[in-house]
Amino acid sequence: MSSDLRHNWLVRGVAAVGECGLFFVAVAGAVPKSLRYWRELCRQIWFVGAMSLVIVMTCGLFVGMVLALQLYFTLSIFGGTAALGTVVALSLFRELGPVVTALLVAGRAGTAVTAEIGLMRATDQLDAISMMAVDPLAYVASPRFLAGVIAMPLLACVFNAMGIFGGHLVGVTWLGLDNGTFWGNMTSTVDLYRDILDGLYKSIVFGGVVSLIAVFQGYTAPPTSEGVAYSTTRTVVFSSIVVLAFDFVMTAFMT
Amino acid sequence: MHAAGIPVLRRDTFTGDICMNPRPSYAIGTGLFILLGFAALAYLATQTTSVANVGHGSTYEINARFSNIGQLKEGAPVKIAGVRIGYVESIRLEPQRMDALVTMAIDRHYEDIPDDSSAAIFTSGLLGDQYVGVQPGGSPEFLKNGDEMVLTQSAMRLEDLIGKFLVNGSPKGGGSAAPPSSAPPASGNP
Repeated sequence: MSSDLRHNWLVRGVAAVGECGLFFVAVAGAVPKSLRYWRELCRQIWFVGAMSLVIVMTCGLFVGMVLALQLYFTLSIFGGTAALGTVVALSLFRELGPVVTALLVAGRAGTAVTAEIGLMRATDQLDAISMMAVDPLAYVASPRFLAGVIAMPLLACVFNAMGIFGGHLVGVTWLGLDNGTFWGNMTSTVDLYRDILDGLYKSIVFGGVVSLIAVFQGYTAPPTSEGVAYSTTRTVVFSSIVVLAFDFVMTAFMT
Repeated sequence: MHAAGIPVLRRDTFTGDICMNPRPSYAIGTGLFILLGFAALAYLATQTTSVANVGHGSTYEINARFSNIGQLKEGAPVKIAGVRIGYVESIRLEPQRMDALVTMAIDRHYEDIPDDSSAAIFTSGLLGDQYVGVQPGGSPEFLKNGDEMVLTQSAMRLEDLIGKFLVNGSPKGGGSAAPPSSAPPASGNP
């Protein structure tokens, strides 16, 4: 038996999950109050969404290109290269678009949010905000959480569009697949509700998960430079694990 | 604006300037980003899905009965000479005759389909999706809304073909006695 139950890693892990859940309830409860700080929300959407466009678009283009290249050679074994457009679109919409976008945003925006809030805590800015009778949950935490929920599906759509463009570039322009076959097979198979909207629901959930973890890690970071550094790392690690785990669960429910 | 109307000096996170208000380009940048995101969504929804295939003109209906529709699904294309002219609107079982009644919505642009045309269910590629192919006849009368195509050909099932081949198709006789494992289909090509 360990001397104190609170030092058991398992107990601490469960406690961290519980804290995160309670923090989620607090942040969600502060959302209505945070709507009066819409300017801050707007700035956060700009930071999480618009500033991530470059990385998301570049990665979407390359993911679409490599997907088309790989699938072309696999499909040519079965003589099914006509299905290239379908397979690229379905892989992007249902799986790669939401997941890769979530991982990219966790790495680019989630870390920044954690470090920013962690330093706010370390330099007592959060206390200063509450001294001014402004709820830091409503002014700092909720706008960043909402911004993630709003920006993530839009980023995933941009990622998907760029991926289709990249797949078209490789499949049609480079490998010489017929343009009509590429689009025709895609449009006859891809379904608006089953494929595109399911992917969108996924990325809404991922946006909430990633930004919640980022805000939570920043909010609870130990007020030292080492503490902020560890919290930033944990944001990426936990976001990636939770996004991939949620992805499996949601896919199992949707199909 | 916030904090009870008292102007707040704050450091701009991105430029490092100390300013009264966040940069106005936040609003512009955010707006552009949101518009771009929705534009991408609209593009995906209209250009890459079956929505892109919905004819904007009005359609009329033609029925056809098949004894077996195979894997035909609602929304599958209807084609003449490989050109898409409509889609399968509904598939249901006709209780009296125990066959499948397939209702097809044909674009009004293609109104002059001869009424002795025949419909068959084909597979695009070897293992692709199935569609209804219409072979035009020579009659001077055209199909009208609600008409039925009399001549139909059911879906060809790969299992049936292989079964027939294993029973009849072996080149050197005695094929019916041969177990399937010793009669690879590739040897039977004429």
